[in-house]
Amino acid sequence: MLPEETLDVLRQKITITDHPRELAVEVMFALQKHYGYLNDEAVQEGAGLLNLSPLEIEELATFYDFIYRRPVGKYCIHVCDGTVCWMFNHQSVLDYISQKLDIPLGGTTEDGCFTLLPVGCIGYCDQAPAMLINGNLYGPLTPEAIDAVLKELRDKQPPQKEDR
Amino acid sequence: MASQQPLILQKPLDQTLSLKEYRRLGGYEALNKVLKAYTPQQVVQTVMDSGLRGLGGAGFPTGRKWSFIKKEAPFPRYIIANTDEMEPGTYKDRLLIQHNPQALIEGLIIGGFAASAEKGYIFIRPAYEQGARILEKALEEARQAGLLGKNILGSSYSLDLVLHRSAGRYICGEAKGLVHALEGKRPHPNIEGHLAGEGLWGQPTIVNNTETLSYVPSILNNGPEWFQNLARSNTAAGHKIYSVSGRVRRPGCVELPFGTPLCEIIEDQAGGMQPGYEYKTCLPGGASTRFLPKQHYAIEMDFDSLARLGHGHRFGTGSIIVFDHKTCLVGAALNLIQFFARESCGFCTPCREGLPYLRDLLRRIEEGDGKDEDLPALKSMAGHLSHAYCAFAPGAAAPVLSLVEDFREEIQEHIAQKGCPFRQDFQDGQENSH
Ligand code: SF4
Ligand code: FES
Repeated sequence: MLPEETLDVLRQKITITDHPRELAVEVMFALQKHYGYLNDEAVQEGAGLLNLSPLEIEELATFYDFIYRRPVGKYCIHVCDGTVCWMFNHQSVLDYISQKLDIPLGGTTEDGCFTLLPVGCIGYCDQAPAMLINGNLYGPLTPEAIDAVLKELRDKQPPQKEDR
Repeated sequence: MASQQPLILQKPLDQTLSLKEYRRLGGYEALNKVLKAYTPQQVVQTVMDSGLRGLGGAGFPTGRKWSFIKKEAPFPRYIIANTDEMEPGTYKDRLLIQHNPQALIEGLIIGGFAASAEKGYIFIRPAYEQGARILEKALEEARQAGLLGKNILGSSYSLDLVLHRSAGRYICGEAKGLVHALEGKRPHPNIEGHLAGEGLWGQPTIVNNTETLSYVPSILNNGPEWFQNLARSNTAAGHKIYSVSGRVRRPGCVELPFGTPLCEIIEDQAGGMQPGYEYKTCLPGGASTRFLPKQHYAIEMDFDSLARLGHGHRFGTGSIIVFDHKTCLVGAALNLIQFFARESCGFCTPCREGLPYLRDLLRRIEEGDGKDEDLPALKSMAGHLSHAYCAFAPGAAAPVLSLVEDFREEIQEHIAQKGCPFRQDFQDGQENSH
């Protein structure tokens, strides 16, 4: 269950919005933030809140890039594989992080801190190669820059409130 | 020549203009004027006369789009800013909202007034979370100042603006897909029915690109002729934010008159090519435009000049991705198709099946298993994508078609050499790149 406080805010919004379904993504994000990912319980809970069927939530959850239906780390590292980042060797960024964290692409570190995922252009092309972690953009990436970010995040536990 | 004075991008670009600063630059004077002295029809007419066109890629005249909402259309009506740009190479809207969020908000209110909308949305992609926070703050500032909400600036017009965070999918950038996403449905496009008649919740709706809306206040401030005359070419109007990326010295966004020659943007603004690299080609308008052959290096960057080249050349979003002589275009096309195949919404067969087919062909060629018959196969399959349901698939095919038609020798070299002729150079270059 979501904490009462979060539930209150969501219920309040749902009551004053003409079409509560409009809040589907917001509700999924709130659930994901609480559970770490959108687990089955969260799907049920979201459906209940919005008066939708669990299947309708599932349809959305599996469509979107930033809703995770399987467990992920506290920080999702989305390395851009768009054309500009490709030109600036995004593959070496993926390889470096993968080796540094000892996880394959798609994997999560044992301590549950990081997950490594690819993503299409994140709109930071002037800073290619670039990556996105919990709403923050990083680039241009060099081994030193990557080391600094990973260290900063590992030291910062738990993630700050506004992080998603 | 027209004024070089920037309209929506002020220096320094890496700072956010507060409401106070925006007002000092003349911000919200246009809204004040509109609410005091204009009818919605007059606003529509002014924007129509200015020649402003949609800057999200399609280039549809903005005033005409607004005029589709007739006086007698039902209520409620909606206006939506599309801040979902997800195309590789396109990032002007990120810069815009981080630098000048109030220009977008004022543009939305004026557009909302023109459509008599009572609610508006800013639809923003998750990668722009930093921008979303800036917008949240800017919306609050505007609300506090009586620029949003009930009876704006003491007038009888009221508008509520909502920031809507998306969970990220390319197809949300397509207007009808975006409307579905806002409604909490799967964001498939649906080309039947016009948004002006049946948009959000079946009601009249306008969806505009973020940059387009941001130019609206300056048009109302200075008049339509003034805006027309800003452009350097005769058939275009106003300014444009060009974003430049790739192998140039100073990649970034720059606001210039429409019709500025490509070579000037690349050389004067982006500092030319990085040392040791020669210009080969560019995608002039983002990932769903054609590679531009070298002989067009001096082309005037506007909708009509690109369209005049024929063969499906398009201005798109004016987001210039520059490729150098060491970068493999087969590899680039493969990367682009991989992106589009992943982002296809999967609704119709030509796109869902055709893109992975193209991807596999390109991958084979790039990896040295290409055959002569792959060339016509690439061309015909890319051509078939025009039979898809929405504009996404033919857009995805554009770089592949231009590869086959204008850079055929690169494919042939791959096939003849049984491998990528650029690989070594390319890897050396990548190692030296930063
Ligand atoms: S062309 Fe692609 S994106 Fe458009 S409807 Fe068909 S599958 Fe969906
Ligand atoms: S291509 Fe990587 S940020 Fe745009």
